[in-house]
Amino acid sequence: MEKETKYMNPYLAGVLLGLLLIATVYITGRGLGASGAIKSVAVTGVEIVAPTHTENTKFYKEYSAEHPGKSPMMNWLVFEITGVIIGAFISGLISNRLDLKFEKGPRSTTKMRVAGAIIGGILWGIGSQLGRGCTSGAALSGMAVMSTGGIITMFAIFGGAYFFAYFFRKFWI
Amino acid sequence: MGPLVPDLVSNNMNFIVAFIIGIFFGAILEQAGFSTSKKLVGLFYGYDFTVLRVFFTAGLVAMIGVMALDHLGLIDVNLIYINPTFLTSAIVGGVIMGLGFVVGGFCPGTSICAASIGKIDAMIFVGGAILGVIIFGEGYPMFEGLYMANNMGSPQMFQTLGISEGLFAFLFVVLGLASFWFTSIIENKVNGIKKPAIRFTPYYLSMALIGVLLALSAFVFTDRKSELNAKIQDMNYVNSFPLDTMNVDEFALCITKILECDKYQGVDFRSEKEQAKFPLPKTVSMTENSLFEKNTFKTLNIRNKINIFIADDELTERKMAIIATELGYQNIRILRGGLNNFVSTILNFKPIENPTTKEEEYTNRFRLYASQKIPQILKDYKPLPKSNDNKPKRIVGGC
Repeated sequence: MEKETKYMNPYLAGVLLGLLLIATVYITGRGLGASGAIKSVAVTGVEIVAPTHTENTKFYKEYSAEHPGKSPMMNWLVFEITGVIIGAFISGLISNRLDLKFEKGPRSTTKMRVAGAIIGGILWGIGSQLGRGCTSGAALSGMAVMSTGGIITMFAIFGGAYFFAYFFRKFWI
Repeated sequence: MGPLVPDLVSNNMNFIVAFIIGIFFGAILEQAGFSTSKKLVGLFYGYDFTVLRVFFTAGLVAMIGVMALDHLGLIDVNLIYINPTFLTSAIVGGVIMGLGFVVGGFCPGTSICAASIGKIDAMIFVGGAILGVIIFGEGYPMFEGLYMANNMGSPQMFQTLGISEGLFAFLFVVLGLASFWFTSIIENKVNGIKKPAIRFTPYYLSMALIGVLLALSAFVFTDRKSELNAKIQDMNYVNSFPLDTMNVDEFALCITKILECDKYQGVDFRSEKEQAKFPLPKTVSMTENSLFEKNTFKTLNIRNKINIFIADDELTERKMAIIATELGYQNIRILRGGLNNFVSTILNFKPIENPTTKEEEYTNRFRLYASQKIPQILKDYKPLPKSNDNKPKRIVGGC
């Protein structure tokens, strides 16, 4: 395999991402997101496995009240994330980074990394509901429209990560 | 005027737009190096601040870009989605996500990116995130109090801080630039690089220059609204601006329904109080500010309708009509002399004594009739209760 190409200059990538976000706000009136699509998948999954359960549980009832008569998959963010998967794949293909690979820190064991990924994912799943969005939907898009909530969530995410970073250094360095 | 959804881009078309935007989003994240957890968490251990650079640059560019679109009158910011602020839950949720970041090595968007190019740890993370949402859903009664606490509505940060929008953006840019500089120093220290943190290569200098020019242009060019406001302060300009007019007799003919006036639509610029006291049939209510809103486009562009701008005095009518004309609206007329003229000429009509010409006789007859008939019509006229159904709603977004 050819050598991986270098990553893009971060400032250039930032400008491009910023322009994309402006275009998104101009065309659709809303920002980018990610965790919303994960929520759609989660809700759909529970609906398929336990339809009576979703009909009787407040969280799912509220979700279907907010999205009346439509499948949770008929959601802007689901379409956007489908695009993300394809876009990232094409980018990885062009830059020779397509590879089934399990990444972990130099001192981390495989078990630690698997547990970390699952627990980290769970924490994001819960946190993004409370924060009403994740790094994309709350922090980045919130910053673009100067939303108080979005900017506070942004500082809380990065502040929280710095606060906890020391305790999990064995995972990464 | 933006946002283009739902008028120019239909809701179904919007899904295709989402898909295309997503492709670019994914490609940019992947190209920037967000598809590997090692690079992402480097931010928290000081060896790689790529995430901060990309993220902060993107946020600043977008923030200034949205401000510029608003400044130039290209987007109606009243319609775009502003993330709501539930203070407690925003902070607690953020801290949980921060913990998740150092434990899991990803955030949702980047994990999807990384999973797309084959990172197995990212796929596990995505599974965890789905599980997390389900846990939140099942435990919702437990989280609900926290989730709904301290609802502050959807304020913007500069409102919360009580400073101007421009100042806030400026401070944020300064904060961003300072953090780029500061983190570069840390990064070099951690990685044992001796090069200076900021190197003034032509590449960075030109990028910074473009940024500065863009930011300055916002201060140099006045925004559309202030520009038009300044224009209508000039009395000569206002009085000499060519505008079509309608005279009070024709206006009276329409109200008495002697003439079929379906092609006219009144646009009432009086205050709500005056409109309630003296309502006019077949009119829509508007203010100077609403002329700049996106939904006005629909109201003033009904096919084959001519808009009659109505206010107490002609000067106000002229000013509003000039703004509307400058904004590109056509089919606008003003009521000559304003409603004051209508009241004095028609409603308080004093017959011309000893009419000599036939015309004066007709005028006498019609105005006398109108001055008795119109007060009755207006008295019987009940304005329809205002409905908010047609008002375009703020776009619902969010995660």
